[in-house]
Amino acid sequence: MGKTLYQKVWEAHTVGTLPDGRTQLFIATHYVHEVTSPQAFAMLRESGLPVLHPERTFATVDHIIPTDDQHEPFADDRAQKMISALRSNCREAGIRFFDLPSGQQGIVHMIGPELGISQPGMTIVCGDSHTATHGAVGAVAMGIGSTQVRDVLATQTLALSPLKVRQVRVEGRLRPGVTAKDVALHIIGKLGAQGGLGFAYEFAGSVVEQMDMDGRLTLCNLAIEGAARCGYVNPDETTYAYLKGRPYAPQGANWDAAVKRWKSFASDADAVYDDVVRIEAADIEPTVTWGTSPDMSVGISSTLPELSLAKNEGQRQAWQAAYEYMKFAPGEPMRGKKVDVVFIGSCTNGRMQDFRAVAPLLKGRHVASGVRALAVPGSQMTAEMCENEGIADLFREAGFEWRLPGCSMCLAMNPDKLVGDQLCASTSNRNFKGRQGSPTGRTLLMSPLMAAAAAVTGSISDPREVFPDTQL
Amino acid sequence: MPAILHPITTITGKAVPVPGANMDTDRIIPARFLKCVTFDELAGKMFYDERFNADGTSKGHPIDDPQHAGAAILIGGENFGCGSSREHAPQAIKRSGIRAVVAESFAEIFFGNSSGIGLPCVCADAPDLAIIHEKLAAHPEVEWTLDLQAMQLSDGTATFALHMPSEPREAFLTGRWDAVTELMNAPARVEELARTLPAPAYTPPNHAG
Repeated sequence: MGKTLYQKVWEAHTVGTLPDGRTQLFIATHYVHEVTSPQAFAMLRESGLPVLHPERTFATVDHIIPTDDQHEPFADDRAQKMISALRSNCREAGIRFFDLPSGQQGIVHMIGPELGISQPGMTIVCGDSHTATHGAVGAVAMGIGSTQVRDVLATQTLALSPLKVRQVRVEGRLRPGVTAKDVALHIIGKLGAQGGLGFAYEFAGSVVEQMDMDGRLTLCNLAIEGAARCGYVNPDETTYAYLKGRPYAPQGANWDAAVKRWKSFASDADAVYDDVVRIEAADIEPTVTWGTSPDMSVGISSTLPELSLAKNEGQRQAWQAAYEYMKFAPGEPMRGKKVDVVFIGSCTNGRMQDFRAVAPLLKGRHVASGVRALAVPGSQMTAEMCENEGIADLFREAGFEWRLPGCSMCLAMNPDKLVGDQLCASTSNRNFKGRQGSPTGRTLLMSPLMAAAAAVTGSISDPREVFPDTQL
Repeated sequence: MPAILHPITTITGKAVPVPGANMDTDRIIPARFLKCVTFDELAGKMFYDERFNADGTSKGHPIDDPQHAGAAILIGGENFGCGSSREHAPQAIKRSGIRAVVAESFAEIFFGNSSGIGLPCVCADAPDLAIIHEKLAAHPEVEWTLDLQAMQLSDGTATFALHMPSEPREAFLTGRWDAVTELMNAPARVEELARTLPAPAYTPPNHAG
């Protein structure tokens, strides 16, 4: 009987079984950032424990850094304290820190794959739920809490129970203007924000096989928004081509051996899954969320659902509360809703392909008056490439604020925040109440294409109509 | 290394309701409270924006109802703790005096984080939870007992069945919920894996290999 990638990676990293029945799992690669690691380093110090394998932990700063002016000291004293703590913790433990002057700083889920640190067949963890992103290279990657960060620093292992595996097959051909983000929002809408509880998601099928690595990273990034702690794609030629030549990937004579090893981790053809879900690519439209949970979404040509369509009383109440918060009503179209802010960036859609897709659409167009538009590359490497390819200038000329790398307006931990009940067309990952920094701020999740359409028209629009001459 | 054991078997105290599905970590502890390098400042901040208006006035949340003051058990809904992996969420709950959470279901990472800090997250069936919420509304002052051995929640007049996977339950009952000492018991096997499993290694650009 065949095995899934998840099972193979789990077995290869198993240290043993703990007295309570959980598995002690070896962690191949660990990332830390400034928000969830200082508490873990403090716990280590309290118990007098050293960092066991500093060469397997990598650090970056992302959540709290300003994206307009990164000169230190930061205006926010608390933010300065957090970066300083990370700096000294890494220095003390001998951990490589991709600090601001390194040229390799960025959002942790951007730089891991970009630097080739995240590789197929690895167990990868970070004190951050969007760690699922790294599964796109064929790894078992998941978010952990700070006490578990301490466990990894002290022992390079974690106490965990295995997840079940659900294969999510996306079959057919995506329609023009439909991106990995739309696929992810569509899946979450179909299976529910809690639908993946207890599962790792293996994304497969012809659409995923043909998807480029940046698209796969977006897809896996959003696994957690459907409650699946891990999402992954089996490694294939796309994966190897992406990793080849990256600074931390195997080089020279080691490359062929690594690829051979990586291939052995891919799910077997006769692997047995706990569940299989098939999604038809043709059913997926450019998709936008309308509520306060990522599963509250509609295709751009649909209208908002009537409360009577709720599956149960709990969902009806959740929809009603979401309508009140968002100031929308059932039956309305999303198309035409005026936006105040547009945000293109985050660990979900702050990648090269996202900016490459949007830049040509902006030629000869301008951000609508009254709209504030932010474009925030997810990493210094991506920012540099965007400058070199002329992409950054296209955004600037179109009236976007082109910012420095960081988490920016995805979450309220740096100066980029919504004000009052502003409506934001956002390529980020969470539309929770207050997520973007104002307790009454309203977030609409969408693809970079739809965000660009919102930026130039000033309202929620179908990118296929706004950019009719372009091959989307 | 011998483990330091802190068994958790029963929790007794008043209960407080935080109803609703998908109670996410941004609502449990808004991100602006995460700008800290210790968890100490989180005490009393749980569900801050659910409880207070922007001007600091109370929204009248049950948590701030004097009848629920000093509650030890928090009663939630479906998919409690979804969203971020921030341990700040269970830390804020625990440091606000809550010693166990009962809900219909829990997000995976939240559940693990809570287990690791000695905050049991226990599931109850949806119909039972509806009754528990009704009872809480009618008699907020009543003391409840959560028994991890018997897997029951009781207010003295009625008893409700609870569920929890066997591993974390065992960890609470035996006091092994803080895993770090257990994780230090197999150093030879860990080092063997550290030697044999490839680690990302930096190679300067243009390296010939």
